[in-house]
Amino acid sequence: MNQFLTFVRKEFFHVFRDKKSLLMLFGVPIAQILLFGFALTNEIKNSSIAIFDFSNDEISRQLVQKVSESSYFDVTSLTISSKTPEMDIEKVFQKQAAKIAIVIPRNFGQELMHQNKGQVQLIADASDPNTANTLVLYASNIIMDYQKELTGVSQFPYQITTEMRMLYNPELKGATNFVPGVMALVLSLICVLMTSVSIVREKENGTMEILLVSPFNPLMVVISKAVPYFLLSLVNLTMILILSVFLLDMPMNGSIFLLYFESTLLILTALAMGLLISNVTGSQQLAMMISLMGMLLPTLLFAGFMFPLENMPQPLQIFSNIVPAKWYYIIVKNIMIKGLGISAIWKETLILAGMAVFFMTLSIKKFNVRLS
Amino acid sequence: MKALPFLLRKEFKQIFRDLNMLRMIIVIPIVQLVILPLAADYEIKNISLAIVDSDHSEYSRKLIEKVTASGYFIIPAAEESYTQAFEYIENDKADLILEIPANFERDLVKEQKETLFLALNAINGVKANVGGSYLGQIIADFNQEVRQDLIPATKIPQLPQIEITTMNRFNPNMNYNFFMVPGILVFLVTMIGTYISSLNIVKEKEVGTIEQINVTPIKKSEFILGKLIPFWIIGVVIFSIGLLLIARLVYGVVPVGNIGILYAYLFIYLIVILGIGLLISTYSNTQQQAMSLAFFFVMIFLLMSGLFTSIDAMPTWAKVIAYLNPVTYFIEVMRLVVMKGSGFADLKLHFIVMTVFALVINTWAIMNYRKTS
Repeated sequence: MNQFLTFVRKEFFHVFRDKKSLLMLFGVPIAQILLFGFALTNEIKNSSIAIFDFSNDEISRQLVQKVSESSYFDVTSLTISSKTPEMDIEKVFQKQAAKIAIVIPRNFGQELMHQNKGQVQLIADASDPNTANTLVLYASNIIMDYQKELTGVSQFPYQITTEMRMLYNPELKGATNFVPGVMALVLSLICVLMTSVSIVREKENGTMEILLVSPFNPLMVVISKAVPYFLLSLVNLTMILILSVFLLDMPMNGSIFLLYFESTLLILTALAMGLLISNVTGSQQLAMMISLMGMLLPTLLFAGFMFPLENMPQPLQIFSNIVPAKWYYIIVKNIMIKGLGISAIWKETLILAGMAVFFMTLSIKKFNVRLS
Repeated sequence: MKALPFLLRKEFKQIFRDLNMLRMIIVIPIVQLVILPLAADYEIKNISLAIVDSDHSEYSRKLIEKVTASGYFIIPAAEESYTQAFEYIENDKADLILEIPANFERDLVKEQKETLFLALNAINGVKANVGGSYLGQIIADFNQEVRQDLIPATKIPQLPQIEITTMNRFNPNMNYNFFMVPGILVFLVTMIGTYISSLNIVKEKEVGTIEQINVTPIKKSEFILGKLIPFWIIGVVIFSIGLLLIARLVYGVVPVGNIGILYAYLFIYLIVILGIGLLISTYSNTQQQAMSLAFFFVMIFLLMSGLFTSIDAMPTWAKVIAYLNPVTYFIEVMRLVVMKGSGFADLKLHFIVMTVFALVINTWAIMNYRKTS
């Protein structure tokens, strides 16, 4: 045991000596929390809109006014030059000057008031279909609202109103969705990466052989390498939690002990995966390729916080089940935001624990005392 | 420059000797390009709606029918009480709850107005917003029908109505893959380029062979070019496989615009990316350090590039970062040329910016390289 502690101390020295690697250990989580908290959002707002108002009467101007007041849109100032708006719009989209265009035809106001029918055309740049859909929805809502206002329809009898309640996240903040995702991402990637690389490094430099011929149990050598990263991951977790609760106003509705327990499961899984990678690779570059290139995007996508899992094709939905980050993400949401206890997440917990045991057994089985 | 051909031969030999590595460099991006765009679908669909009908009247049934028929929603269950429906929200089985209060029909007819309750799981705010909007439209339609039902036709005044027609340009089938595939390809090329270039030179440092090269008459510029040219070629190869094979055969993405423009842009872009790798390697002594730095920047490049989230919605300071990020420009160029057929005239600014990036970063990297060795 004493020997083991000595080894762990040695590994700590290694970790703390390398300031640039520490940048990644702590810089990545901080940067991610800040970016996701303050910069990134799935929301669609401030989208540039081009307005072609060929009618230019009182009613069309009022409608334009309504659109420009909305926080969803920024009106791009454009001059209506030609008689062929289609061509103009094509150009506008190709230059990325707008995402959607509203075309109000000649005599719009007159027709609307006298024939009770006016036409408005929405032309969306559907190269980004999701944005296009959402913007069309928002623009239609604004136009409909204007119509209601114009006709005073809400004064009519038999009015059905809808009372909306936003559960869990009344201000609709992006961070509420992203923070649990970032936690899953950071904890699963960094552990895998650092553990795998630091062991392979000893192999590549030849120092592993020296360690293996020492009287110390070879498995312990490897485990002592994982200990610092385990503890540093807990520090990371604490840091992320502090930042997100105090800086991003994230709720912490559930039990913090439960959260740490679940996080430990994820960290153990990640460490075991790191050990596994280090066992099957011979060079640092290869280990990094697998743990960085191979895992970054899949973890990001299959955790389910960027893109809804239920949209994915069936085989990918099945595949997402083997990504530990997915289960952890569900767990964190349930604990932090919904404030649920173990009874609501025992299934996810069991799966995560199963993964930890599986990967640990596998990496110990694959562990070679001899270097080929 | 006499030594350059020999250095290139050495580098290529080294690359081809390590087949495991080469396989990773080629296979990982290709597999990811085949699979990941399928996973990156942000269309808001499959919104689950739990309905609590406490009224069981003709109207409430009509409303439920209308909501079901709209096709926007998956309805896991019609529940008897809000508490039961709320459990669906807790278990992520429902995103929204629509509650039709008891005596909905009676109150609507008698008091001429009535309120419906809508509760949304707002953890994912966008889904809540969009789901709420769809439902709002359906309820408004339903309201209209109720009026026509209750008010004699002669008494309904003719009201002005705005008819909205919608046209979707460039991608009328709303295929999300067309949008994601070019972007993901750019990111994969970026990731490969940054990692392999930053790690390779550091490896020579770590193993000590760089000192041997430093004492030979090989010039620094030759050494750097000898390192970067093979990676530049690998980058072009991966990009070509991705664009001409995978994107076309798997996803049917055929660039509308000129492929020549894309390649011209790629050539400059790879110089920037390899320059960043070189810069990272001049600041690190071990592969682990280089990898940490590379990971840090690649992560920020990824998140701040507009690949997955919109740049428009960012606050100003974040937009500044986004437009200092070379990846942003290449993704824009790809999407513009591939989907909209933008020409060189539309992209002049993009070309200028990328050229400036190439000059600044490489000058910085070479100057720093001289200082350290």
